[in-house]
This record gives sequence, C-alpha cells and structure tokens, in this order.
Amino acid sequence: MWKRDEAVRPASGQPTGAPPPSQSVGTSAPRPEPAHHMEKDNVNIGKSVVIKGELNGSEDLTIEGHVEGTIQLRDHVLTIGPNGRIKAQVFAKAVIVQGEVTGNVTASDKVDIRDNGSVDGDIVSPRVAIAEGAHFRGSVDMQRKAGAPPAQPQKPAAPAAQTAAAGAPQAPAAQRVGV
Amino acid sequence: MGLLDRISTRKIEPESAAVVTAAVDDPVFSTKALRKFLACLRSNESAALIDLGAVVGSNVTFFGEQLGCKIFVQDILADLDRLIREGRPEAMPALLRTRFSEESSSIDGILCWDVFDYLDRPSARALADELTRVLRPEGALLGFFGTAQPRERGYTKYIVVDETTLRHRSYAAARGRQSALANRDIIQLFSTLRVSDSFLLQNNLREILFRKPVWEGQK
Repeated sequence: MWKRDEAVRPASGQPTGAPPPSQSVGTSAPRPEPAHHMEKDNVNIGKSVVIKGELNGSEDLTIEGHVEGTIQLRDHVLTIGPNGRIKAQVFAKAVIVQGEVTGNVTASDKVDIRDNGSVDGDIVSPRVAIAEGAHFRGSVDMQRKAGAPPAQPQKPAAPAAQTAAAGAPQAPAAQRVGV
Repeated sequence: MGLLDRISTRKIEPESAAVVTAAVDDPVFSTKALRKFLACLRSNESAALIDLGAVVGSNVTFFGEQLGCKIFVQDILADLDRLIREGRPEAMPALLRTRFSEESSSIDGILCWDVFDYLDRPSARALADELTRVLRPEGALLGFFGTAQPRERGYTKYIVVDETTLRHRSYAAARGRQSALANRDIIQLFSTLRVSDSFLLQNNLREILFRKPVWEGQK
C-alpha cells in the first residue's frame, strides 16, 4: 500500500498534471533521487522569512522573502522571486530578478531583470537582459574581458519605413543640413 | 525533447507571438547620427555612457556589446512625469541641477534622444548645463529634436535595431511635447559644444551630434 501511494504522489514542487516523462505512473515506484536532488540544489527562502546580515551559499537560491545585507552565491544562480524584497549587495554567477532589489548586483555570467522586476542600483555583469516592463535605475557595466576585441559594427540593414530627407541614401554627406 | 519541455514551449507561444506583433507594429526609421555617435565612442576601451531615455533592455545590451561601456540609465522623462502628476513641474529645473552625481568631464557619450522636446525652457537650460558639465572633452552628445509643431502626447522609446535603424515605440506621457526648438535655440543650449553633424529626416526629426571641444589647457 505504501509503495502504491508513493507512486502517484508528485515530486515536491512538480505540478500534479505533469509527471516526469520517464516516469510510468502507477506501474512502478518512482526513484526518489530526482526530487531529493532538486531540494538539494535549489533552496527557497519563503515569503515570511526576513534575513538581516550576510548570506553565503554554494547552491542555487530562490528568495521570496526579505533580505538585507549581503548575498554571495559566487558559482550559483540567485533568483529573486515575485515576492522577494532585497536591500543588499548581491554577488552571484547569475541573478534573475522578478521582485525588488535595492543595491548593487554583480554577476559573473548574467543579470536578468524580468517583467515587473525592479532594480535600483548598479549592475556589473558581462550579460544583462532587461525585460519590457521592468524597472531599472542605476548603471550597467558590461565589462569586456581583457584582450577581447570590441564587437564589430553590425551590417547596416535597409530601413523599412523611412529614409533621410535630402539627397540620395547612398550619399550621407549630401544629407547634412547646415545649422 | 521531453514532455515537460513540449508543454512549456506551447505555453509561452502566445506571449512570444504578442511580443512579435508589438514589435512589428512599431514604426522603423533610419538614423544617420547613431553610427557616428558610436564611432566617437569606439576608440575608448572603457567608455561611460548616459542614456536619458526610458530603460530599454535591448539598447543596454546593444551598447554594452558594441562598446563594452558602462551605461548610466537616467530616465529624465520619468522624473518629469512624476512632477507633473504631483502638480509641480516648476521643480524640474532644480531637480535636474542635482540629478547628475557624475563628476565633471567624466562621461564619454550622452544619448539625449528627444528628451529636450518635452522640457520647458528653464528645464532644458538646466539639463543642457549639467550634460555639458559631465561630458568629457571630445565626448559626444546625440540629441533628436522635432521640427514640426507637436501633436502627439506620448513619449517615444527609441529601440536600436542596428546602427542605422531605430524602432519608435510610443508610450503614455503626462504632458506632451513642448513647442519645437529652433536651430538657434538648440545651438544656444549647447553653446560650449560644437555641432559635429546634423541630419534632417523625413519624419520631422533633426538629429544633431555635438562634440565637446578640447581646449588648449586640456590637451
């Protein structure tokens, strides 16, 4: 009986209607490892949790609560959930912002401010994505790696709608208008 | 591809389609001055850039990748909107005089877009003074100025498609464009800068690229 109950129980955090594809529901007991693995690799700080101080970790972290101070996940992903409120200096491999962050964010890989996410502070990261509808106030420093050449100018594309008024499009100098 | 992957892909399809539709609906215009503006900044390994418009994620990515620069996003129009909604637009010049914490002559490039079209004269004066102060010698300032009498009430986000193309996306504004600035007014606003290039486009927009001259003592 106990085994049969376990077979139909979804893994923690998994939607009930979407079992893992490799799992044959009702015919065999699921392996406990995947669920256990998820819990081990992604820690969640819930809505009601308030942390003041220094937060260090060596696994991915999702914050839905309030954190003030410093957050360091040097080699892991920090996700600020929609309910997360952060007043902290953040250092992580990647930072995904769906809630509110006040403070500087440094990521060695990427900062991703999603729709309705908010950042008030300076961002340092080689890759930055800011969604339409996100709030951002501060500076973005996408430092080139040492020795990396600057990006080549993009090949000009023919504009779809409009060209300059005076002169032929091929002769920019002739389009200049004295002021 | 697993079952979950296929399900999640199907879920986001309508959103993606909406984004694509919105992007297609936005008019696209050519720009002559942006390429020159970028050329001014490419020589600098660690350029610092101020963007006065609304934050546009793809622009941040574009300038970051093209220039590897530090970008300061200063949404002046959001400040203007807030003051107008609070019923005290007269506070704008004072706000602008304290808005920029950057050191004098520390910024390599400034993207004004069409912000000046939405400011009254005292605010435009205050902003021009501050921008001129923070711009370093040989730095570049790019501004768009409407040449026709304003009709529409919205702001415009200028989304960089490439060096010669901008997508114009309108969004709501508390107050519309002010009267169009004449050439002499623009020149007077930036009297300590020199006009490097000026282009008049068919969409009644004048693009002006200013450079800050290097004085003898600064060489």
